[in-house]
Amino acid sequence: MALILEIAAQAFQMFLVVVVAPLMLGITRKVKARVLRRIGPSVLQPYRDLWKLMHKEAVLADNASWLYRTVPYLSFAAIWVAAALIPTYSTGLIFSWSADIIAIVALLAMARFALTLAGMDVGTAFGGIGSSREMLIASLAEPAMLLVVFTVALVAGTTQLSAIADHMIHGTVGLRVSLGLGLFAFVFIAIAENARIPIDNPATHLELTMVHEAMVLEYSGRHLAMIEAAAAVKLTLYFSLLVCLFFPFGIATEDKSAMSLAIGIGSYLVKIGILAVLLPIGETTVAKMRVFRYPVFLGGAFATAALAVFLLFVSQGF
Amino acid sequence: MGVGMPAIVGLFCVAGFLATAALAVVVGRRPLGAPVIYGASFLLSILGLAAALTALIQNAEPAALTLPIGLPLLGAHFRIDALSAFFLVVVNGGGAAASLYGIGYGRHDPSPLRVLPYFPAYLAGMNLVLFADDAFIFLIAWEFMSLTSWALVLAHHQSPGNVRAGFIYILMASAGTLCLLLTFGLLAGPDGGYAFATIRENHHQIPVAALVLLLALIGAGSKAGLVPLHIWLPLAHPAAPSHVSALMSGVMTKVAIYGFIRIAFDLIAEPEWWTSLVVLAFGGITAALGVLYALLQQDIKRLLAYSTVENIGIVFVGLGLALAFRANQMPLPAALAMTAALLHVFNHLLFKSLLFFGAGAVLHKTGERNMERLGGLIHRMPQTAFVFLVGCTAISALPPLNGFVSEWLTFQAILVSPLLPQWGLKLMVPAVGALLAFAAALAAACFVKIYGITFLGRGRTLAAQTASETDHFSLAAMFVLAALCLLAGVFPGVLIDLLSPVTNAMVGGRMPPQIGLAWLSIVPITESRSSYNGAIILVFLIVSGALTAMVIHRFATRATRRSAFWDCGYPDRSLATQYSGSSFSMPIRRVFGVTLFHVRERVDMPRPGETRPGHFHVKIFDPAWRLAYGPAGRAIWAASGKLNQLQFLTIRRYLTLVFAALIVLLVVVAAWR
Amino acid sequence: MSSLQFDTAHLLAGGMLVLSLLLLYQDRILATLNVFALQAITLSLAVAWQAYAQDAMHLIVTAVIALVAKGFIIPAALNRIVHRLGIHREIEQVIGAGPTMLTGLGLVALSILLVMPVNVGANMLAREDLAFALAVILLGLLMMITRRNAVTQIVGFMSLENGLVLAATGAKGMPLVVEISVAFSILIAFAVFGVFVFRIRERFDTVDLSALDRFREGRRHVP
Repeated sequence: MALILEIAAQAFQMFLVVVVAPLMLGITRKVKARVLRRIGPSVLQPYRDLWKLMHKEAVLADNASWLYRTVPYLSFAAIWVAAALIPTYSTGLIFSWSADIIAIVALLAMARFALTLAGMDVGTAFGGIGSSREMLIASLAEPAMLLVVFTVALVAGTTQLSAIADHMIHGTVGLRVSLGLGLFAFVFIAIAENARIPIDNPATHLELTMVHEAMVLEYSGRHLAMIEAAAAVKLTLYFSLLVCLFFPFGIATEDKSAMSLAIGIGSYLVKIGILAVLLPIGETTVAKMRVFRYPVFLGGAFATAALAVFLLFVSQGF
Repeated sequence: MGVGMPAIVGLFCVAGFLATAALAVVVGRRPLGAPVIYGASFLLSILGLAAALTALIQNAEPAALTLPIGLPLLGAHFRIDALSAFFLVVVNGGGAAASLYGIGYGRHDPSPLRVLPYFPAYLAGMNLVLFADDAFIFLIAWEFMSLTSWALVLAHHQSPGNVRAGFIYILMASAGTLCLLLTFGLLAGPDGGYAFATIRENHHQIPVAALVLLLALIGAGSKAGLVPLHIWLPLAHPAAPSHVSALMSGVMTKVAIYGFIRIAFDLIAEPEWWTSLVVLAFGGITAALGVLYALLQQDIKRLLAYSTVENIGIVFVGLGLALAFRANQMPLPAALAMTAALLHVFNHLLFKSLLFFGAGAVLHKTGERNMERLGGLIHRMPQTAFVFLVGCTAISALPPLNGFVSEWLTFQAILVSPLLPQWGLKLMVPAVGALLAFAAALAAACFVKIYGITFLGRGRTLAAQTASETDHFSLAAMFVLAALCLLAGVFPGVLIDLLSPVTNAMVGGRMPPQIGLAWLSIVPITESRSSYNGAIILVFLIVSGALTAMVIHRFATRATRRSAFWDCGYPDRSLATQYSGSSFSMPIRRVFGVTLFHVRERVDMPRPGETRPGHFHVKIFDPAWRLAYGPAGRAIWAASGKLNQLQFLTIRRYLTLVFAALIVLLVVVAAWR
Repeated sequence: MSSLQFDTAHLLAGGMLVLSLLLLYQDRILATLNVFALQAITLSLAVAWQAYAQDAMHLIVTAVIALVAKGFIIPAALNRIVHRLGIHREIEQVIGAGPTMLTGLGLVALSILLVMPVNVGANMLAREDLAFALAVILLGLLMMITRRNAVTQIVGFMSLENGLVLAATGAKGMPLVVEISVAFSILIAFAVFGVFVFRIRERFDTVDLSALDRFREGRRHVP
């Protein structure tokens, strides 16, 4: 019985992230529109879009292979699984230990690997350019991400996300410059990984922003729906990861009563909602970068994260 | 110590391989020659594999054996312990796969006598290195391995470039052996005890131990492919027939790693902590540079060879960490780092052999190694394409396959490093960790490139458009390896437990037992610290992916229409408008290549109205050649030019030289007294 | 020393280091000036916190000097210079942002490596401040090397001096006289620099220092 309850809690988390994700996307789009003094579509528009795309006929290129048809589901599954294993409303769910933060980053890399391959399947220039640039961004972002992981793991003494969240709540963390720097670097990385401005613009596939959208240009119908859903879940995943690593307050820990779980769910939704409002506001204040400025942007994230590790060494003095 | 069964079986296998080599000289030209020789090699490898696995699982006492061959009065010492048993698994596992592949692939070889006799002899040499228990046998076997592989590199000596590859290979191999010779000389000391048992009992002075370790790093590193000693590897590995390339990349580099572990962890008692710093630096730089080199290649097999350089770097990072932890009396983290390194040795064997086999199949069916002239093979060679994809995913360190497990363990070992007391190590290890993450991301880029250009898209040449699926033996070898990649990724606990006797013997500790853990997850230190479960990830991936697809197909729509590709409204059917390999790596080349590789790009665009074609030139300068080998070669050339004058002296001048030499020697003797 | 005291000091000193790296990262002149002002303000906060923590009231004077002179007067003056020279829109040629940042990180690691192993168990805060201060000094030097523009070189020099002050306040009891004289000499140096910048400008019509190098090379070739 206890096992069934635990599995139900895990299933609920899986359900939660995938249901909330389009809403988050909707909020970012709405806020962005409002900041730009447009009215913008309803926050529920992403749900409608997905619904419509799912019911449309999928058009495949003549020479598309089986890989091309599998990848949307595979990349969606990888991102969904990663999102389901990050503690959102409660720590210590039954399968949360099956992947630590490094494994979650690797699952995202898996989704990216699949999608870049699909971009090259049909043999068009657009797909190739998107894949190639996506890989450039990954190669710049991953070292920085590892150093962020290193910082957090050093503070908490673990790479287990549940344990990190527990430590951040109960442990004596104090004022740590390193964590601030880590957060800063993490935000940079998250922006790059989610193809947001100034790295990429999720709203267009024009020449300036030919990364993610160029890569999936050939997709249509239900396949495109899966890719869009995966992008939405990925955004929510990064929100959850940020919340879990740096602001886990309110999450249910040892106490698994209905009350604390409800507080956990409520606070999680409020926190990611705030992030979904902050992101577009930040985005509107900067301009899109050209491709060969990416190294400077992500190099800044790397330097910040490296500095975080150094400062941590100094302050802990071990 | 008794004489163990595995040792006898193993030596029997060595003799068997040599006999097969002799047989190959006789039957090589017959039509059934190749299958017979490869079949015999396959059976002998399986036998050796079974013996080594038995030794590893039984975890028996090391078994030693002295045969009255070799140097008079001394005899030849052979021994099998946990470490050599593990590497015997690697060698014979790789040997078995390559032989199986060879049954199909070797049939088409134009000059069988240049390959068939050397192939089993090469396997014998690699086996013998692992059995050696004295420096004499070790070096003999090492040289034998080098020479047989050199002969295999030159098997297709008519192809342009292969002779040069062979020359550079033999040069680097000799230099490496020289370093090992000096290593053993120093280890044996003035008394000249060359048996490993005697060396182990010697107490080495600290500077001697450090020097030995550095020499071993150079000697074994030159065979393994550490940057900047890697230059022969991307030339020689692609030159050999593909199943031999797989052996050289997947297996021989591992024998070199065995040599390093044997010397650094077994024969030297206690190396200083700072030596680990050197090993770590070499490992990190090798990993990052190796994969950057790989990204710049358009030749499939050369790309794979450079990727071997990268993986060797990852292994050496693990070994460096193990050295650091051992020097600080931290057996548990040391065991973790060592396990990570050894697991990566095993994993790399699996996926690199698989990838070389796949490249061999492509080469055989299309006659092309240049990916810019391939494409669309997923339609023509579906099964090869599938297993090659498994290999690419595994080597890119993506869950739930095996490459991820060993890299994950390496990262876990890196995360323990703040406990090290030395500040140099504390600051160095995160930097190396960042290099590893960089290498992992670039490896993914590299294999997206090789797969995307070779197997996806549209065939760029007639050869690629008309290729057909490869033979059944080759496919069988590749499918077995692909299945092992998946199994090793999903149940790594079994392998980790198998490695525990090795780490016990080398660093005096082991990782916690994994097999009994709930849900078959792996836990390097404690569960509250970190854990990973490949099986659950796999199940989750399959269930959630399949469920989504089913739901959509059932409740939304499954209507599909085929049409020409869209390409944002400007479709161009021309094959040349596809992204090419060099354009795929262009952003990375421009970001990292300009400083590291002195990449120079030049665009020669005709003006409007001109009818000549446009040109794009890329020049890449290898830093190893530019900074090390180029100047060294020129210096030797200049010096030999100068010394050449000695040939034209008069008798009186010669006498003067002899006289001067004598006087100098006498002065030295006088000063010595 | 309580945890809060330590944490705050750590935050401020670490903040200075971050700002030093940010200075290195910036390639626009006006932004560089703003970051420099921010660093000076952080420095004055750090010094004031030390004054409170060590109960050494004369440090307040140092803090005020840092705040007024380097936080406001010098940046404002430099701002005016930049505008009068008309170079406020110039983007500076840094010798490769990536290599510079990596070198900077290496320097931070080096200063930690130098300072942290000594005096284990001694006053942790002093040790930490010293490590940060050394890093800030080295980064200031690096900035002076990698920049070609005279104005940003001055900023590098000033930020180097910020590191010196941080080191001085971390070690207990630097006499006030020394402090004031250092501050004074910095002002003098600033004035001299300012004059030089304008002289250079008059002579060569640019403040790009490579122009000076060209001039020197020219001289060398003339017999």
